[in-house]
This record gives sequence, C-alpha cells and structure tokens, in this order.
Amino acid sequence: MCGAPSQGQGLEGVDLSTETVIQGEVTRDGSPVPAAYVRLLDASGEFTAEVQSSAQGHFRFFAAPGSWTLRVLSAGGRGEHSLVANRGLNEAQLQLDG
Amino acid sequence: MTSKRADVLVDVDWAQEHLEDPNVVFVEVDEDVSAYDGGHIAGAVKLDWKSELQDPVIRDFVSKEDFEALLSTKGISNDDTVVLYGGNNNWFAAYAYWYFKVYGHSDVRLLDGGRKKWELDGLPLSTDAVSRPAATYTAQEPDTSIRAFRDEALAAIDTLNLVDVRSPDEFSGKLLAPAHLPQEQSQRGGHIPSAVNVPWSKAANDDGTFKSDDELRALYADAGLDDGRDTIAYCRIGERSSHTWFVLRELLGHENVKNYDGSWTEYGSLVGVPIAKGA
Repeated sequence: MCGAPSQGQGLEGVDLSTETVIQGEVTRDGSPVPAAYVRLLDASGEFTAEVQSSAQGHFRFFAAPGSWTLRVLSAGGRGEHSLVANRGLNEAQLQLDG
Repeated sequence: MTSKRADVLVDVDWAQEHLEDPNVVFVEVDEDVSAYDGGHIAGAVKLDWKSELQDPVIRDFVSKEDFEALLSTKGISNDDTVVLYGGNNNWFAAYAYWYFKVYGHSDVRLLDGGRKKWELDGLPLSTDAVSRPAATYTAQEPDTSIRAFRDEALAAIDTLNLVDVRSPDEFSGKLLAPAHLPQEQSQRGGHIPSAVNVPWSKAANDDGTFKSDDELRALYADAGLDDGRDTIAYCRIGERSSHTWFVLRELLGHENVKNYDGSWTEYGSLVGVPIAKGA
C-alpha cells in the first residue's frame, strides 16, 4: 500500500466511483517515453505529487475533482498539460518538446 | 546557524569521484523498491525501507540489534561514509538518513538530487549484482532527541513549531494521501491545529536538488517558523518530513528539530484529538 504502485493503464482494483484518476502517456514524436518525471500541480500551481513514467510511457495519479496541471521533465525535454478532472477516469496525453 | 551542507550532502561530481573509494558505501533507498533492480549506481547496495527498516509486526523501527545485523549483512561498518540516494526526490533516502542518525551512525550523507538528478544528467546505472563482505556493525541507543511521538505532537499545538510538509490539498483535507497513491485511507483529513504548511517540495529544485541555504532560510522565515521554538515536522508516514527535517537540522543547523514519523496516518486516526481543516 505504501510503495509506489506500478505505472500502467489497467484499472483492475481501482474504484472509479470514489477515485479521481488522472492517467495517460508521455510521448515524443509519437513514441512512448519511459522514466520521465511527471509532476501533478494543484490549481494554485503547487506541487502535489510526482511519478516516473513506465516502460510504456504510462503515468497515473489519484487526485480529486478540480483543476490540475501535469508537467513532465526528462533528459529528452519538457511538456505541460492542464485539465479539469472529474471523479472517475481522466485521460491526458503529454508530449515532450525540445 | 552555520550550514553543515558540505558534511551532509554530496553532489553527483563528488559521487562519481568516490565510486571506488573503499571508505564510502553508496546505499539506494526507494519508495518503489523495484527501482534498484532496474539499474543503480555501480557498487551501491539496496536497503528496502519497508521489509528491512520496519518491524514486520508492530509499527516501528527495527530493534537496535536487528539494525546492527542488517548493516553488518550489507557490509556497512561504523567508520564507513554512507551516501544515501533514491527516487522520489530522495524522500526515502532522507528517511533512511534520519533513521541512521537515530541509531547514531556518524558519517552519513545524502546525494543531492538522488536518482532523479543522476538520471537527468544521463549518468550510468548498473544492473550488476553487488555484494560486500559482511561487517560488524554496532549501533547506538536510539536518539529520541530527533524523533517525536504522538503525545509530543499533541502537546506541541500552539506551543512548538509544527511543520506539515504535505501538499496543500493534503493539508486542507481535500486529499488523504499524496496523489500518486489511491485516496482510500482510514484516517480523517486535515492537519494538526497550529501547524504551518510548508510543502517539502518548496525546499527542492525541479531536478530534486536542495535549494540554496539562503533560499531555504527565507522559505521557513516567510512561513512564520519561530526560531526561538523547537520544531516538529510531519507528513503522512514520515518520509517527506524526513526531507524537511534534513533541511532544518542538517542544512540550516536548527538545533531542536524532531521528525514525527507516526505523522498523519497516526494523528488522523487518534480518537478525540483536535483537527483543523482548510488552508
């Protein structure tokens, strides 16, 4: 429970009636980017959590309904994406530039 | 308050220059305990914060004797310089640093930025198995001057500096756990009354390294930390607050700083204690 869950897209065991899941894929030129640092910022821009993308470029957060920003940092570039999340599944794609 | 930074923190350049140093042991500690197996700093040994640093039955440290046996098996001696690093911006490495200090290890340091800085700099990771000859380690009696328990946290309300280092949404009660974990938690949401919220992340740069001493001093001064009072830091389970404990005591030289590792999972489950909600 306390260890970081593996990052993936499967939703087995995730209660979407209570959780606000924000998940997606980090890509660069259409290819998945593994081991990128994906950061979740709250509505005021404050750091809330950070995960590393999986071998398939996947990431996942368990947030709450509201406005969030995703920011990705890797040796291969940066990217950012804002969204308004609702209870249940919220998907977001992060593209690296630069 | 003079900075002890050079005694407690090493950078990636120093680390690379000391990979072969026989008196330096690199130790990786991660929240994701599989990270080490996917690649680690060459020669580094792994410490599992959960299976090796927690008692398997009660919620507590392992005993002094078990800690001695653990470090002996890992090949760590009392006179070794232990350099800790890990993922998650060194959360669990900072926890292990604090833990090593509770048991009195004299020369323990953090690798600034941990795995993240190492990876972002494109430095090599190894998957070679690491084995070190067993050592004979002797721990000190636990130093409770740096560890707070629940009654102290309760007594600190309106009396000591209480620093809640979780994210603002956990502090307010909107979230019950850091957002990389499911939010189904048994404890109540909110924070200890009179605590100030200084998220651990404000002490770190994007690459996971610590901010400068001047920036850190300004951070806690602006948050209203009273220099004349002792301080207790807490988070959810005590690892992020170890990061802040490290900043306050080891980098900035504050004298009486304790980490409350029972933290919110304990406090937020206590019957009848006061809880504050909101920002």
